[in-house]
Amino acid sequence: MERKTKIDAEDGKQELVITREFDLPLELLFKAYVEPEIVEQWMGTKVLKLESRKHGSYQFETSDAQGNVVFRANGVIHEFVPNQQITRTFEMENAPFGVQLEFLEFEELTNDISQLKMHVVYRSVALRDQLLQLPFAQGINMAHNRLQDIVSKLKNPL
Amino acid sequence: MNLRRDVFQAIADPTRRAILLLVASQTMTAGAIAANFDTARPTVSKHLQILTECELLEQEQNGREIYYHINAKKMKEVADFIEPFRKMWDDRFNKLETIMKKYKSKK
Repeated sequence: MERKTKIDAEDGKQELVITREFDLPLELLFKAYVEPEIVEQWMGTKVLKLESRKHGSYQFETSDAQGNVVFRANGVIHEFVPNQQITRTFEMENAPFGVQLEFLEFEELTNDISQLKMHVVYRSVALRDQLLQLPFAQGINMAHNRLQDIVSKLKNPL
Repeated sequence: MNLRRDVFQAIADPTRRAILLLVASQTMTAGAIAANFDTARPTVSKHLQILTECELLEQEQNGREIYYHINAKKMKEVADFIEPFRKMWDDRFNKLETIMKKYKSKK
């Protein structure tokens, strides 16, 4: 059964909500956010560090075929409740977007179906709209190009 | 990056959104558009200029008058602008789901 990802981005607000139901038990969904080697696979990036605990931090890095780093991101974890909640920051390095705050809520719907609600707060409305356009806008600047690369890589099958 | 001529900046303004709504139903001159607003005429002109520069509106010379009409193609792009972002997350989450289903059956 196909489950769709839904984005709620109200006009003029500096936040958005991404909701998705998974054909997975809650524990497995949560595990996909905690185990570095699993995160690497579905995010399509290398996980340099992932301390899944309160006051922990994380670092992701993606290199191109030549080994040049094309994307680096980091954040700190503010709240970590297994199978329930992760509150963390996310920031792309060397990009003009600043830091964003992410509230991840994991919920069991049935024994085999779980839901993730990701509430993301940006610094401003303009920044949110800019980030939303990223996969859509073409070659406006370096950061955009980098993200384009990453997105196209993600589209390739494993 | 020049944000001022960005489509999303353009539609963030309520007067400009009202202009787009107005022109959506019919082709209009600047004067006819301005008549619908309390705002000063030069202000409306400025809004029209911004909307034209980011291609949401198109101008058409008809005799001495310039008519404005909606650029449907550009409007559609704006309406769909969230879709690539949604698709990006959908692809990630599909991948996550596939990986974890395999993970489950391995156990």
